[in-house]
Amino acid sequence: MYSKGFVPLAIATVVTLATAMGLVFFYAPLDADQGFVQKIFYVHVPMAIVSLCGFVAGGVMAIKHLRSGDSSWDMRSYVAIHISIILGVGVLATGAIWAKASWGHWWVWDEPVLVSFLVVVLLYCVYYPLRFSIEDRERQARYSSVFAIAAGAFVPLNFAAVRMAEAYTHPRVLSQTGGSMPGEMRLTFLISLLAMALLFVTLWKLELTSKHASMQLKRLKRKLAEREVVTT
Amino acid sequence: MIAAAGAILRKDLRLELRTKESVPAMTLFTLTVYVLFHFGLDRDSLDGELAAGVLWVTLLLAAVIGVSRLFAAEREQGGIDALLLAPVDRTSLFLAKGAALFLFLVAVEVVAVPAFGLLLLGPGLGGALPELLLILALGDIGIAAVGALVAALAAETRARELIAPLLLLPLLVPVLIACAQATEPFLRPDQGPEDLGRWLTLLTLYDVVFVLLSVAVFDYLLED
Amino acid sequence: MVAPGIPEVEAAAGEDLGAGSLEQAPHLLAVVDHEPEVAFPIRRLRATLCQHQELVSHVDERHSAQAPAKLEVEQAAVEGERLVEVVYLQHHVIYADEARHRTSIGFAAMDPAIELQGLERRYGERVALAGVTVSVPRGATLAVLGANGAGKTTLLRVLAGLLRPHAGTARVLDAELPRERWKVPAQVGYLGHEPLLYRELSGRENLQYHARLHGVDGSRVADLLAAVGMERRADEPLRELSRGMAQRLAAARAVLHDPPLLLLDEPRAHLDPAAAELLEPLIGRASGRTRVLVSHDVDGALAEANLALGLRAGRQVFAGAVEAEAARELYR
Repeated sequence: MYSKGFVPLAIATVVTLATAMGLVFFYAPLDADQGFVQKIFYVHVPMAIVSLCGFVAGGVMAIKHLRSGDSSWDMRSYVAIHISIILGVGVLATGAIWAKASWGHWWVWDEPVLVSFLVVVLLYCVYYPLRFSIEDRERQARYSSVFAIAAGAFVPLNFAAVRMAEAYTHPRVLSQTGGSMPGEMRLTFLISLLAMALLFVTLWKLELTSKHASMQLKRLKRKLAEREVVTT
Repeated sequence: MIAAAGAILRKDLRLELRTKESVPAMTLFTLTVYVLFHFGLDRDSLDGELAAGVLWVTLLLAAVIGVSRLFAAEREQGGIDALLLAPVDRTSLFLAKGAALFLFLVAVEVVAVPAFGLLLLGPGLGGALPELLLILALGDIGIAAVGALVAALAAETRARELIAPLLLLPLLVPVLIACAQATEPFLRPDQGPEDLGRWLTLLTLYDVVFVLLSVAVFDYLLED
Repeated sequence: MVAPGIPEVEAAAGEDLGAGSLEQAPHLLAVVDHEPEVAFPIRRLRATLCQHQELVSHVDERHSAQAPAKLEVEQAAVEGERLVEVVYLQHHVIYADEARHRTSIGFAAMDPAIELQGLERRYGERVALAGVTVSVPRGATLAVLGANGAGKTTLLRVLAGLLRPHAGTARVLDAELPRERWKVPAQVGYLGHEPLLYRELSGRENLQYHARLHGVDGSRVADLLAAVGMERRADEPLRELSRGMAQRLAAARAVLHDPPLLLLDEPRAHLDPAAAELLEPLIGRASGRTRVLVSHDVDGALAEANLALGLRAGRQVFAGAVEAEAARELYR
């Protein structure tokens, strides 16, 4: 069900990833101040963007789940959130590396994206205990969807609030040239963004397929067990 | 629907008046936290950003207590079944619980804010009262809406005392930011509103989003 | 009274019922016959001709305790040239003992109060209910029997609309579960293990609160407090009352909104005989409501039931007529 078109997608992902890496290493200009480390930007920012979109997409899929009652939407929402959390942790990690390399500290509060992600990841980490402390499967799915919707609506509000709070105090340290990027950077950035997005979708489909298969297996096992009880 | 919400709210208020469980505990908690901050920060008086931060963090932590207790009466006494068996819209339930939490917060703040002025605040509170009240009101609406939602989400999970605070506090970060930033100018020696408008706008946006969202989504909770 | 909400018509054999009665409710009739020991369960009488102004019928039934009964129409009177056909009659009401039915009450010819077909409810991977199939006519009493953990309470909660069925079909009072689950609670009176009353509030306050929730007039609270014998202590907080008094108040709560269906989980627990008798007109057979009764008292439950349903580990073992001995097998 989920594996339609998977192979071309996977191939596209690998190709784009390779292209992106090539561009990052050989094509994009070297930053005068920060040196080679600045190239982490091409991982950090696309990861952030894709992760955010993933959280919001998870919320939208949760809405679809509640309205249709179809549990496959819940599974899609869960996997989207799951991968986005991993990417979110990646954002924090790459942000920390970048901060250390260019600013000397492992953490900076002046970077609104990083700070927002800290809050968002802390919030979404509660998704797992919430989900798995509810035993009934349908209720589990429903409550998870409610959380996904609330958290998905929260993410943009949080970003706005954090950015507004930091706007006064410090200029952004990890940002780029104030908005406009030179051509080589822009191209590299866009390709990296595309690669990250494709990677997300590929992983999403991969995990969905594997979960779906294991669920089918469980269902068949259960049916078999029931039949044995009835006949004996 | 409003009638049913009113009935539930009246019942919750009556229960609280009789048992006096949530509000006194929340109030006492804020006073204790003020003392902790005094010792922790080693300061006799605060002003400006620090004051605003301490005040609002304390109120948020008190809200966590209120949220954990929001469905306690149902769980411990009446049984949540009684609510579920009544032909009552889940939206009415949300309005009632949200309103109850709002009123509890207001009751706590009636003591906690003057106490803050007494114990920890350097400059006086007096001059900016109407603006402060507005910030408190908008902040409380946001806390109440999200609090009721989180209380319902956590109500029937096994680890509810753990999950409720962990869910609530990150979700309230925008409220904390907006309220602390909005309050800060009024707690400085040289008082004066700065950019109050943008913070109030953020707060209002947050309140609208979460009230509407909770109303829409509450139907899917507390059943089955 | 046949059952709440059902129009009632009296007729003797061969009597003309008159045009007016059919107009109100063209496909339902309750026929009350004063012959003792005979009851007339009717699933549906449907007149197929357009001008069916007068319907005269007298349905007689001979039934056995063991086999499902099929109704035989003895006389369908024809008035003039109008031909009235009784279209389909089939009912599986099974009485364990003819002699029990002293009061002759005809069950209305309308859809049964509860109709379950292969009902299933899981709890995680475990089966809580499976294969539950039964049809309960309006006004009848269904006894649900089984050992602890067999799924009796789960079944009650599904019928109350509190839990949704995972598989199978279920119709409760014209509401199809799970789709129309929201229609059920308003028509159901649930008396479970917990009294579902707030311990810090008084009996009166509790009932008033429930009255407001259900949109019931406040005067009914006073009436019910009197009916359960709790007027004197109605203003004391519940935590100061005994468990039996709480149970009485819980019964008052359950019937406050005059529900046509009662779901009773050990209703007489904690009650002394005097109190049980007080509650009888409210929640007993005399109330005329459709009842589903869960009880460990096999003989007592069977004595007041029309149907019985047995559960073992969630699965239905029998439904219908049952001898007490067969029912006790469930507990071994």
